Amino acid sequence: MKVLVCIKRVPDTGGGFRLTADNKRVDTTNLGFAISPHEECAVEEAIRIIEKHGGSSTVLTLGPMAAQEQLREALAKGINSAILLEADDYESWDARAVAHAIAETVKPMGFDLLLFGNESADVCNYQVGLRVAHLLDVPCVSGIKALEIQNGKAIAKRESSEGWEVYEVSLPAVFTVKEGINVPRHPSLRGIMAAKKIPIEQKKPIRQNLQMARKLLKKPQEGRQLEILGQGVEAVGKVAAKLRELGAI
Amino acid sequence: MIFVLVETANQKLTESSWETLTAARDLAQKLSDTTEALLIGSSVRALAPTLKGLRSVSVVEDPRLAGYIPEAFAKIAAEAIQKKRPTVVLAPGTEMGNDWLARVAARLDLSLATGCTEFFIENGALKGVTRTNWGGSLLEETEILSTPKLLTLQPHAVAAQPLAGAEPSVEALAVTLEDRDFRVRLKELVRKEKTGISLTEAKVVVGGGRGLGSAEAFKMLEELASLLNNAAVGATRVATSNNWRPHSDQIGQTGTQIAPDLYIAVGVSGAIQHMVGCKNSKKILAINKDPDAPIFQRADYGVIGDLHQIVPALIAEIKRLKGA
Ligand SMILES: Cc1cc2nc3c(=O)[nH]c(=O)nc-3n(C[C@H](O)[C@H](O)[C@H](O)COP(=O)(O)OP(=O)(O)OC[C@H]3O[C@@H](n4cnc5c(N)ncnc54)[C@H](O)[C@@H]3O)c2cc1C
Ligand SMILES: Nc1ncnc2c1ncn2[C@@H]1O[C@H](COP(=O)(O)O)[C@@H](O)[C@H]1O
Repeated sequence: MKVLVCIKRVPDTGGGFRLTADNKRVDTTNLGFAISPHEECAVEEAIRIIEKHGGSSTVLTLGPMAAQEQLREALAKGINSAILLEADDYESWDARAVAHAIAETVKPMGFDLLLFGNESADVCNYQVGLRVAHLLDVPCVSGIKALEIQNGKAIAKRESSEGWEVYEVSLPAVFTVKEGINVPRHPSLRGIMAAKKIPIEQKKPIRQNLQMARKLLKKPQEGRQLEILGQGVEAVGKVAAKLRELGAI
Repeated sequence: MIFVLVETANQKLTESSWETLTAARDLAQKLSDTTEALLIGSSVRALAPTLKGLRSVSVVEDPRLAGYIPEAFAKIAAEAIQKKRPTVVLAPGTEMGNDWLARVAARLDLSLATGCTEFFIENGALKGVTRTNWGGSLLEETEILSTPKLLTLQPHAVAAQPLAGAEPSVEALAVTLEDRDFRVRLKELVRKEKTGISLTEAKVVVGGGRGLGSAEAFKMLEELASLLNNAAVGATRVATSNNWRPHSDQIGQTGTQIAPDLYIAVGVSGAIQHMVGCKNSKKILAINKDPDAPIFQRADYGVIGDLHQIVPALIAEIKRLKGA
C-alpha cells in the first residue's frame, strides 16, 4: 500500500490578524506556521493505515523552502518520505494550478490512496483534492470522518445532519479529510531525531497560468462592546442577574 | 446568462438554493442578463415551475439520480455548461455545492471561487468576487480571469427572497450516463440516535477551553448547562485534541458553527479560529483570568478571574435563585 498525504504551510494566527501595508497578505513577521487541523488528521490517518496494512507513506507540500518544517513534523510523526514542490510564490497559486502541479508529480508514482484536507486553512478553496482525483481519473469522496481499507476497497464515512453516510470505492482513490476522523499523535523525541536524517526530495513545479488574482484582504466587521460584570466570585450575583435578563435562567 | 446549479433534498429546494437563486436574480438584474437553472434528480420536474422569473430550467430526471451522485451530477453540469455557454455559474456554497462545482471546474479545467459573499461588476460584466478566507475570519477580493466564472455562494451571505415573474420554460436535457459515473455513491445511511440538545440547536452554549485543565472539570460545565434553558456544552480545539471532549463538541473553523442566543466562553482565549465558529451568537459572555485575553475584545460581557472558583460559585448562586 502506497499512501500520499498533501499538506499546506499556513501562518498560525492565534488571537488576531495583522495585514501587510498593501492589504494583500497576512503579516507573518511574528507568527509561527502550522498546517490545517484537517491535514494533521490526514497525516495521522496515513500513518495509521501504513501501521495496519504495511507499505509506505509520503507527505507532499507545494510551498517555500521553509515548508520543510511542516514536512519534517509529518516525518517525525511517522511518515516515511517527503516531497517539496518548491515555489516561493505559492500563496498566489490558485487551486487549479496547485492541483495540476501535484497531479503531475504524483501520477507516475502509483499511489493507492491519496489524502488531502477538506479545505486549506487560509484560502478555504475546497477543491485541490477533488481536482487531483479528476486529473488522475480516480474516485474521490470529500469531507470524510472515518476510513477503513478492506481487500482493495476503501470504506469512507461522511457525517451529515441525518447521520453517517457510508461510501465504498475501489482503490486507487482520493479522500479529503475533516478534523475529527482521529486525534493526531504528537511526535516523539526519537521520531524528531530520526526525521532529521530523512532527505526531502525537492522539485520545481511547473505553474499553469493563473486564473484568479487576489486584489486585497479585509477583515469583516466585529461590533461588540464589552461590559465587565466584575472580578472573581464577587461577580456571580451580577452574572446570574444577566443570565436571567437574557432568558438563560 | 447566469446558470444556477440547484440543490434539492426530499423533493424540495434547499434554503441555500433559494439564497443562490436570489443572488443570481440580483446579479442578472445588474448585468441586464437572464437566469437559468439546472435541476437534477429522480423526480424533480415538478419543482421547475416554482423557479419564477427564470428564463428556462434544464431538467435531468433519472431514477438512478436519487440523492447526490457526485460524478454523474458533475458530468451533467459540465455538459450543460458547454451546451448553454453561460458567463456565470453559481451554486450553493454548501458541502454538496462545493463538492459538485469543484468536480465541474476540474472537468472544464476552469478556476472556481468558493464561498463568495459579494460580486464586482466592471463595464457591464462580472469581474471578481469577495470570498471567505480562514473560515470567514478574513475576506478576500479576487479577480477571476477565466470564463465562464464558476462560483459558490457562502451560505447566509444573501437572504432568500421569493422569486417573482413568469414561469420558466422547461427543457429536458439528455446526458448519457455510464456505470463509471456512479462509482462514488452513497451505499448506506446510518441514522444517528439523538442524544440531548445539539450545539446548533441550543439557545445557550457553555464552551470550555484550556483553562478547564481536564476532562473532569468539564463536569462543572455540564452542571452549569443543566441549570440553564436549552443549553449544551461545547469546547475549543485544545479541549478536543487533549481528549477532554469529543471532536463533535468543537466550536470553530474546523468544528461546528453555532449561533445561540448566548455563548458562555470559559477559560477560552478567543483565538480567531475559535471565534469564527461562535461569532453569530447574539451575546457572548467570557470568563477568563487574563484581562488581556483576546476574547475580551470579542465579547459583550466579561468576568475576570479563576474559573475554578467562579463557575462553582455561579452554579450555587443559580441554584439559590431557582430554589427561591
Ligand atoms: C487552521 C486552524 C483551525 C483551527 N480551528 C479551530 C477550531 O475549530 N476551534 C478551536 O477552538 N480552535 C481552533 N484552532 C486553534 C486555535 O487557534 C486556538 O489554538 C484554540 O482555540 C485555543 O484554545 P483555548 O482557548 O482553549 O486555549 P488557549 O489559547 O491556551 O487559552 C486558554 C485560556 O484560558 C485562560 N485560563 C487558563 N486558566 C484559567 C483559569 N483558571 N481561569 C480562567 N481562565 C483561565 C487563559 O487566560 C487563556 O486565555 C484552529 C487553529 C488553526 C491554525
Ligand atoms: N500548496 C499546497 N501544497 C500541498 N497541498 C495543498 C496545497 N494547497 C492545498 N493543498 C491540499 O489540498 C487541500 C484542499 O485545499 P484547498 O482546495 O485550497 O482548500 C488542503 O487541505 C491540502 O491537503
